[in-house]
Amino acid sequence: MPIRFRSSRRAFLKASAAVGGGLALEIAFPALAQVSKAARPSGPELTAWIVIRPNDEVMIRVARSEMGQGSSTGLPMLVAEELECDWRKVKFEFVSSAENLRRNRAWGSMATGGSQSIRASQEYLRKAGATAREMLIAAAAQRWKVDASDCDAENSTIIHRPSGRKVRFGQVAAAAAKLEPPAEVKLKDPKDWNLLGRSARRLDMQDKVTGKPIFGVDVQLPGMVYAAIAQCPVFRGKLRTVPDEQLLGLRGLVKVVKLEDAVAVVADSWWRASKMLKLLPIEWDTGANGAANTASIREFVRLGLEDSSIPVARNDGDVEAAFGRAAKLVEAEYFVPFLNHAPLEPMNCTALVKGDRVEVWAPTQNAEATHAAAADAAGVPLENVEVHLTYLGGGFGRRGFQDYTRQAVAIAKAVEGRPVKLLWSREEDMQHDFYRPMTMMRFKAALDREGKLTGLRVRDSTHSIMAGVRPQEIKEGIDRHALGGIIDSPYSVPNLRIEFAMRNSHVPVGFMRTVFHSQNPFMRECFIDELARAAGKDPYEFRRPMLAERPKDLGVLDAVAKASGWGSPLPEGVHRGIALQDSHGSYAAAVFEIAVSESGQIDIRRVVVAVDPGHVVNPDSAEAQVQSCVAYGLTSVLWGEITLKDGRVEQSNFGDYRIMRIAEMPRRIEAVLVPSGGFWGGMGETPLAPLAPALCNAIFAATGKRIRALPLKNQGFSVAATA
Amino acid sequence: MIELTVNGKKHTVDVEPEMPLLWVLRDVLDVKGPKFGCGIAQCGACTVHLNGEPVRSCSVPVSAAAGQKVLTIEGLAQRGQLHPVQKAWIDNEVPQCGYCQSGQIMTAVALLARNPSPSDKDIDAAMTNICRCGTYTRIRAAIHAAAKSPKSAKA
Repeated sequence: MPIRFRSSRRAFLKASAAVGGGLALEIAFPALAQVSKAARPSGPELTAWIVIRPNDEVMIRVARSEMGQGSSTGLPMLVAEELECDWRKVKFEFVSSAENLRRNRAWGSMATGGSQSIRASQEYLRKAGATAREMLIAAAAQRWKVDASDCDAENSTIIHRPSGRKVRFGQVAAAAAKLEPPAEVKLKDPKDWNLLGRSARRLDMQDKVTGKPIFGVDVQLPGMVYAAIAQCPVFRGKLRTVPDEQLLGLRGLVKVVKLEDAVAVVADSWWRASKMLKLLPIEWDTGANGAANTASIREFVRLGLEDSSIPVARNDGDVEAAFGRAAKLVEAEYFVPFLNHAPLEPMNCTALVKGDRVEVWAPTQNAEATHAAAADAAGVPLENVEVHLTYLGGGFGRRGFQDYTRQAVAIAKAVEGRPVKLLWSREEDMQHDFYRPMTMMRFKAALDREGKLTGLRVRDSTHSIMAGVRPQEIKEGIDRHALGGIIDSPYSVPNLRIEFAMRNSHVPVGFMRTVFHSQNPFMRECFIDELARAAGKDPYEFRRPMLAERPKDLGVLDAVAKASGWGSPLPEGVHRGIALQDSHGSYAAAVFEIAVSESGQIDIRRVVVAVDPGHVVNPDSAEAQVQSCVAYGLTSVLWGEITLKDGRVEQSNFGDYRIMRIAEMPRRIEAVLVPSGGFWGGMGETPLAPLAPALCNAIFAATGKRIRALPLKNQGFSVAATA
Repeated sequence: MIELTVNGKKHTVDVEPEMPLLWVLRDVLDVKGPKFGCGIAQCGACTVHLNGEPVRSCSVPVSAAAGQKVLTIEGLAQRGQLHPVQKAWIDNEVPQCGYCQSGQIMTAVALLARNPSPSDKDIDAAMTNICRCGTYTRIRAAIHAAAKSPKSAKA
C-alpha cells in the first residue's frame, strides 16, 4: 500500500523552506499509486504519475523543473522502462503544486537542484512504472480470464504467452485504473533495461526550435500589465522616498508601486514601464553597507584566515607533529571571487491576486517553494494559491530563491484583479543575485623524505549559504556544506586538520551550479598539484596511492588518465593538467591539454572528462551536461568576477560580465562515461568540479605560473579562438 | 501608426517610434519567439531577420522596421515543414534550456543563406549569440549538418 505522510502539509512547508537550488530537502518518501478523489485526471490514471489514453498515448507527470538539464526526458524514461511502453508514445506534463498539496504530496518533492531530480526520485518513479504495468497486466488477465502470471507487457502491449493473445495498453487502461495497485512490485535488473542507458530523443526539442511560448517570460494573459523594478543597489538597503508626480499622464502608466527595498512601475508594456522607471528620482537608504567594496570584503574574509580561535571541523592525528617531522613544508593561499549565475532568461514572475486567491506563473526551480512564498507574500492560506510551472530559461541554482515571486505577488496585490508580469532587466539580475560566495583558503602540508603527504592543515574562510537558508545546519560555527570537497576529500592523509571561519559580508550568497564543489576543488586540487611538484612526482601518480580507500574516485582518475593518454608524448608546447572531484553523488576527473602563448593566450586543445554517475539514464543528455559544464565552468575560470564599489555590484550586463561564446568553446571535448552501477548520482554539476583545477594545473605545466586566484583574466591570461 | 510585415502578415501598430522592435513583437503583436536577454545587443536572444538580415531586435527602434519585412522563428517553417536548420537542431539535440535557441537558429539561417558551406571560422564570426547552457559544440555540428542538407540553400 502507499506510504502515507505523517503530515503532508507540514512536509510541504518544510520542503518549501528549502529555498536553494543546491540542496533539495527530501522530507519523506512520496506516496505511490495513490489516486485521490481530488484528482482531475485527463484519462485513466495508473498511479499519480501515469495517464494512458485509449490511443496508447502515455502521459507521464514530471514534478521537477526543466531548466535545460533534461529532466523532463530522463524522469519519464525511468517510468517508461518499467511500464514497458513504447517510448514514441510518451508525452509529459508538469505537476501542479496545488494539486500536489491537495493530493497529499503524491508527487513528492518538486525541488530541482543539487542534481537531485533523477537520484532522489528514480526509485519511486520506477516503482510507479512497475505498478502501472502490473495493473495493466491484471486488467488484461481479467478480461481474458487467465492467470496474470502467464502475461507479459512489452512495447505498450500485453501478451498472453500460452495463447498468443494481445491487447494494447490503451484498451485496458480504463479497467486497470479501477484496480487496487499491487502492494509490492519488483524492479527490473539493470541488465534487462531496454531504454535506460541508451540515448533517447528529448521530449522538449520541437517546442524549443520553433519559438513556442514556453518560458515564464512568455506568459500572456487577458488584461495583463507589465512591471519593471528597481531594487536598492546596496544590499540590505531600503527605499527612502520616490516622488512620482512626473510620471502622471505618461503613456501607458498603470501604477507606481513602492516596496520596502524596491520600486516597481506598472504599465501597459514592459518597455514603457522600464522607461518610466528610469525617470524616477529614487532616494535609497543604503544603510550601513554603502562604503563596502571588493577590497574591504576580501580583507574581511582574509582576516578569517588569521583568526587562530576559529572552530576545528576535523582533526585526525596530530598535524603539528607531522609538520615537525616533515622533510618539506609547503604553504599556499587561494582565492575565488563572487560570481553571478546569469541564466539567460532574467528573473520574472507573473501573478494575479483576486480577493484571497493568488495565481502565479513562474520559471522556478521549486514550484512548492514558489507556492509557499506566494501564499506568504499575499497573506493567504496555501490552499488559496495555484502555481503554474513554466520552462526555465536556465536556472543554475538562482531560481530556487523566491525573491522575484514575492515581489510579483506584492505588485499584483497593488493592482488587484489584473495579472501583472514582473520582469527584471539584465542589470537588476546582475546586481541582485545570490552570488557564489567569495572564499579564501590557506593550506599547509608536510611531505616526508619519500615525498608522501603526511600532514595537511586547511583553513577555510568563506561566506555561508546555509546561514541564510538553513541556519540550523550550522553547528558550533561550522558550516559543513561550505567545506564540501575539503572535509570529505577523497585523499587519505594521516594527520589532517580543517578549520573553518564563517565570514558573512553584506553580499547575499547562494547555490550556484556545483556550489562549493565549483570552487573548493580548484583550491584543493591545485594545492595537491603543488605538493606533487614539491615531491618531484607526477601529479597523477602522486594522487593514486592516496585514493586506495576510495575506489570510485580512483576509478575516474584512472579512466581519465587512460582516455587522455596521460604520460604519452605531446606535440611541442602542449601540456597537460589533471584533477578530480566527487560531488552530488557522482565522481569526475578531468584532463586539459593546452598550449600557452608568450602573451598568455591559452589554446585549449583537448578536454577529457571522465564521470561515474553509477547509472546513466540518457547518455546523450549526459554528454550534453559535460559539454555544458565545460562552457559554464570555463566562463567562471576565465572571466567570472563580481566586484563591489560603494556597497553595490559594479558589473551590469554581459558587456562587463563576460560569458563564453562559440569561438572560445573548446573544440575537442571528450565525455568519458564510466558508470560502475549500483548507485544513482547527478550529471548536471559533477563534471564541472574538476575543470578549474585541471586547467590551472595545465597552465602551471605550460608556464610554471601557479594560479592561486581566479579569474584568469586578472592573472594575465586570455583564451584563444578555437577555429 | 507604424506599418510592418511580420512573418508575411501586415500589421499596423500605434506605438512610439523609438520602441524597440523586440517589445513591439513580444508585447504588442504577441510574437514570443524572440527573447529578451540583455537589452543591449550583447546576447542575441532577440535575433530576427529584417529584410533577410539578422538584427538584434532589442536595439532596433520599430521605426527602422517601418514598411519592412520582419521574419521571426515563428515564420521559419514553411507549409508545416520545419526549416532545415530547425531539423538539424532537432537531429543534433542542440537545445538545453532553449531560451537562446530562437536567436541562435535565426542567426544560423542568415549565415547559411549568404554562405551555404561555412567554415568553422565563418561560424565563429557569425554566431556571436550567448548560450549560457553551453550548447556550442552541437550548434556547430548542426550548422555543418544543415549546410550539407539539400534544402538549406532555400533559406
